[in-house]
This record gives sequence, C-alpha cells and structure tokens, in this order.
Amino acid sequence: MLTVIDRHDVRRLVEQGAQLVDVMSAREYDAEHIPRAISLPLKTLSRETAERIDPRRAIIVYCHDYQ
Amino acid sequence: MSARAAARLVSLGFPNVYRYQAGRADWFAAGFPREGTEAGMPRVADVAQRDVPTCRLDERVGDVRDRRPGAGSEPFVVVDGNRVVLGLVDAEALTGDPTTPVERVMQPDPVSFRPDVRIGETPQYFKKHGVRHTLVTTSDGVLVGLLRLPKTG
Repeated sequence: MLTVIDRHDVRRLVEQGAQLVDVMSAREYDAEHIPRAISLPLKTLSRETAERIDPRRAIIVYCHDYQ
Repeated sequence: MSARAAARLVSLGFPNVYRYQAGRADWFAAGFPREGTEAGMPRVADVAQRDVPTCRLDERVGDVRDRRPGAGSEPFVVVDGNRVVLGLVDAEALTGDPTTPVERVMQPDPVSFRPDVRIGETPQYFKKHGVRHTLVTTSDGVLVGLLRLPKTG
C-alpha cells in the first residue's frame, strides 16, 4: 500500500509507532531532519540497507519537497 | 525522490508504506520541530512580532482606524476566522473615507516569509523588494507574525 499523506497524518502515525525515513543524502539529513527520522539515502537504498527498517511497523518516506 | 524510495520499499516487501509528499520543507514551514547540526540557526519565526494588529475583511476603515495602537503607524493584517492572511492595510490606507470596507483598501498580495527562513537571508530580500516589513505565514497561509527591517544608523 502506498498512500500520500500530509504533516498532520505524519504526526499521528509517528505517535502510533510509524517509522520516519529520510531518503535525502546523509549530509542533508545531518544538517536538518524531522525528529525521530532515520537516514536511509535513496542512493544507498537496497535490500541490505533496508534491514534497518521494521517491516511490522508503518513506514513514512520523505525528502525535501515534491521531488 | 520520495516516490522512488517508497516504491522501492514496496518492491522489497514492506507492506505499509506512506509518502509524505510535501516533505521536510512543508514540515519546517509549519514551524514544527527540527533536529540536526543546523537546526538551531535562528529563523524569522523566532524574531517576528507576534501581537500584530488584525482586522476582518468586512470591517470599515473608520472602525479599524479607531483602534490603531500607539502612534498609528502599525499595519493591520486582514485575516479570516482561521487567521489565514487575506491582505494587509497600511496606515496610509486608513486615512480615507471611514465607511469604506477594508476589502477595498487592502493590499491583497503582501510579501510573506515562511517561518523557517533563516534570518541571515532576510536583509537581501528586503533590499531586493524595497519593503520595510513582511508577514510571516505558515505554508497554509496562517499568520505567524510581522518581520520588520532592522533600523540602521
């Protein structure tokens, strides 16, 4: 399932246990990111790197804006 | 970018993937918290004047003029019931016929910053656009405050 959500949904879902995933570069993540987000740059996204994500919990993916 | 990442995660077997399409730019512009090495840099929301005089679209010029604070040079921000900015009325616009609706004298497209704009970026903007103050609004258009060009000399 892939659903587009807004920031209010993000807050609600994170409170319910969803995982926030920042897919920008590590440098951009280090500079600024949404609290509780983990860094998983798109450039390095693979089956191996995705093992950090818990498949039993919802996942919210974001980047800078509508890119 | 987030669309590709989300699709990739689905392809890897993750069953419950959401996409925050508007991204961190939207999050920060809403004034929500941030983390990171640059998270502490001062933003316009930190210094904006919050107690800005406001009025409604259907008010009359005379009514608004009568409740001007101080020396009367303060602009009024025209807002709706949800504090979404509809326009700006400066002191000069309030000198006319007192029965004129605010709607007729307001500036409908005032310049605004998002709350997360860094303070260091503002002087150049003021200079470029020849303004002495700008509104600060969320990405939903809700009034946060008024930012003034610092007095120099």
